[in-house]
Amino acid sequence: MSAPTSQVSREQGLRWLKDMIRVRRMEEKCAELYGQEKIRGFLHLYIGEEAVAAGSMPELSAEDAVVATYREHGHALLRGISMNAIMAEMYGKREGCSGGRGGSMHLFDAKTRFYGGNAIVSGGLPLAVGLALADKMQNRQRISVCFFGEGAVAEGEFHESLNLAALWQLPVLFICENNLYAMGTALARSESVTDIHRKAESYGIYSSAADGMDVVSVNTAVRAAVTRIREDKKPAFLEMRTYRFRAHSMFDPELYRDREEVDQWKQLCPIATLTAQMKAQQLIDDRDIDGIEKDTAAEIHSAVEFAEGGHWEPVEDLTRDVYTESR
Amino acid sequence: MTTTYREAMRAALRQALQEDERVFLMGEDVGRYGGCYAISQGLQQEFGETRIRDTPLSESAFVGAGIGAALGGMRPIVEVMTVNFSLLCLDQIVNTAATLRHMSGGQFSVPLVIRMTTGAGRQLAAQHSHSLECWYAHVPGLRVIAPATLEDMRGMLRLALEDPDPVIIFEHNALYNREGELTEVAVADIRRAAIRRPGKDITLICYGGNLHKTLEAATASAESGIDAEVLDLRSLRPLDDETILASVRKTRRAIIVDEGWHSGSLAAEIGMRIAEQAFYDLDAPLARVCTAEVPIPYPRHLEQAALPQVESIVGKVREVMGQNV
Repeated sequence: MSAPTSQVSREQGLRWLKDMIRVRRMEEKCAELYGQEKIRGFLHLYIGEEAVAAGSMPELSAEDAVVATYREHGHALLRGISMNAIMAEMYGKREGCSGGRGGSMHLFDAKTRFYGGNAIVSGGLPLAVGLALADKMQNRQRISVCFFGEGAVAEGEFHESLNLAALWQLPVLFICENNLYAMGTALARSESVTDIHRKAESYGIYSSAADGMDVVSVNTAVRAAVTRIREDKKPAFLEMRTYRFRAHSMFDPELYRDREEVDQWKQLCPIATLTAQMKAQQLIDDRDIDGIEKDTAAEIHSAVEFAEGGHWEPVEDLTRDVYTESR
Repeated sequence: MTTTYREAMRAALRQALQEDERVFLMGEDVGRYGGCYAISQGLQQEFGETRIRDTPLSESAFVGAGIGAALGGMRPIVEVMTVNFSLLCLDQIVNTAATLRHMSGGQFSVPLVIRMTTGAGRQLAAQHSHSLECWYAHVPGLRVIAPATLEDMRGMLRLALEDPDPVIIFEHNALYNREGELTEVAVADIRRAAIRRPGKDITLICYGGNLHKTLEAATASAESGIDAEVLDLRSLRPLDDETILASVRKTRRAIIVDEGWHSGSLAAEIGMRIAEQAFYDLDAPLARVCTAEVPIPYPRHLEQAALPQVESIVGKVREVMGQNV
């Protein structure tokens, strides 16, 4: 992992800090609400990995599509789904971004072209390929971005999808968030070749790895890849080397990794790193951070109020939206 | 006009491709090869490689890509060579195609058509001969249909493409070479079961590739004075309870003919629905003719012994007619 070297503008840096802090604090609140049994089911926190979503989303246009996984709260928020709608979804309320039917793992939003929220590991890859196929067949210029964890690499669908995207020259950006553990299985315990971006190269796809703990590195890599895809009309692949600070889900006792390892990675916290860097360059001071924290706290407060005040879908509507005509 | 089921499906595909630019066909060997069962022969020359799209042997990826393309505004027809191979894309069909609309709170419908062959009878042994359509019929969010007549083979595809949700078409491979008179295409229906032979003594419920055996069995039974009604389900999900129950209430007896295995079969589901809703209308216990509980064997005599046959249906009709409650 190399320290960030690029010069960041005050405006750009503050935007990233704000994005990452919004995700971090929202999820910390979610963990708390989970403890209060307001949020149930599975809850997979992105804490530690925020730089990947924060560095990626600004490079996409509104017309592009995003496909994500069950660890997608940050992607959803930074793609532009309101925190209110996300929080209400976590509560299972009708006002949620999926009408309450999906929950934490299945955030969807047609307006921002956010296609989930797929909780089958690697299940989103073929979907992104298909969205890109539709764009290509209809001569549209937009791209599809697919986020997934390194656990997906072991699935056949990963290889099938990369091959198809390369074979048909489809505008897909595959972003592998390599946080080193597929649930509790370390990458080295499950893959014979752990340099994930090399697997994409074997399909003839432009591929590189970036420091996923550094939002500047992420952004630089994504910008280059997106430009390439738009110009060359071919897929690209990025491996973001990152780390999850929290447990896999709220049920995970974390028997598979040492406290020391987690603490070491926490030293690379993307928010702390960028804050320190910008302070050192005298681009920001404590008041800037306080301002972001205060705004974020207010946003979270109103999101929780919104979710609390939301409505349960009537049981009479139970079988709604199974088929289109039943609506 | 005289035609085969193969030509009827090819004509349906051609018409769909001509009428709607969003329609395209993809699958293994659908292009240059002309389709494993020669359904799409000549279509690639006519419509080009973009719209008649050969895929690698990646069922999960190309079915998933079909889902994505449907979300992206296309009207994909995905051909999976046989239902046996569809197990490699079961995840995409069951976990994504069938759930997306619901999981997204009604935001995303998946107008995808998946065609696959099903059924035994050609000595293709235990990995190419199974009838697993009831697995798909189990899943809310999917529509599952099975053409049994030339008219339905010709007309169902268009109706499936008009459906805003995922539709799976099961084509029994024994039908393709069959020849007959194609009358009016417009009579095809994917919502209502059809009475293919009216009768008053017993209802024989069947679908897809077993319609013709069942009709023959009805004709044979007529020689012994039994007037059987033959009901073609057409849609395996949802089931048309209304037509099924109306027929059974009239004849007061029912046999379900199903090429799936007995256990957990569509026949079991249909029988239970009749028992739930028309038990007191019955004059005899419900019965079924299904495939023996064995992976389909290769030798012809064993394969034929495993499957529903005209003789076994006739035998079951006699048995049920001999019983009274």
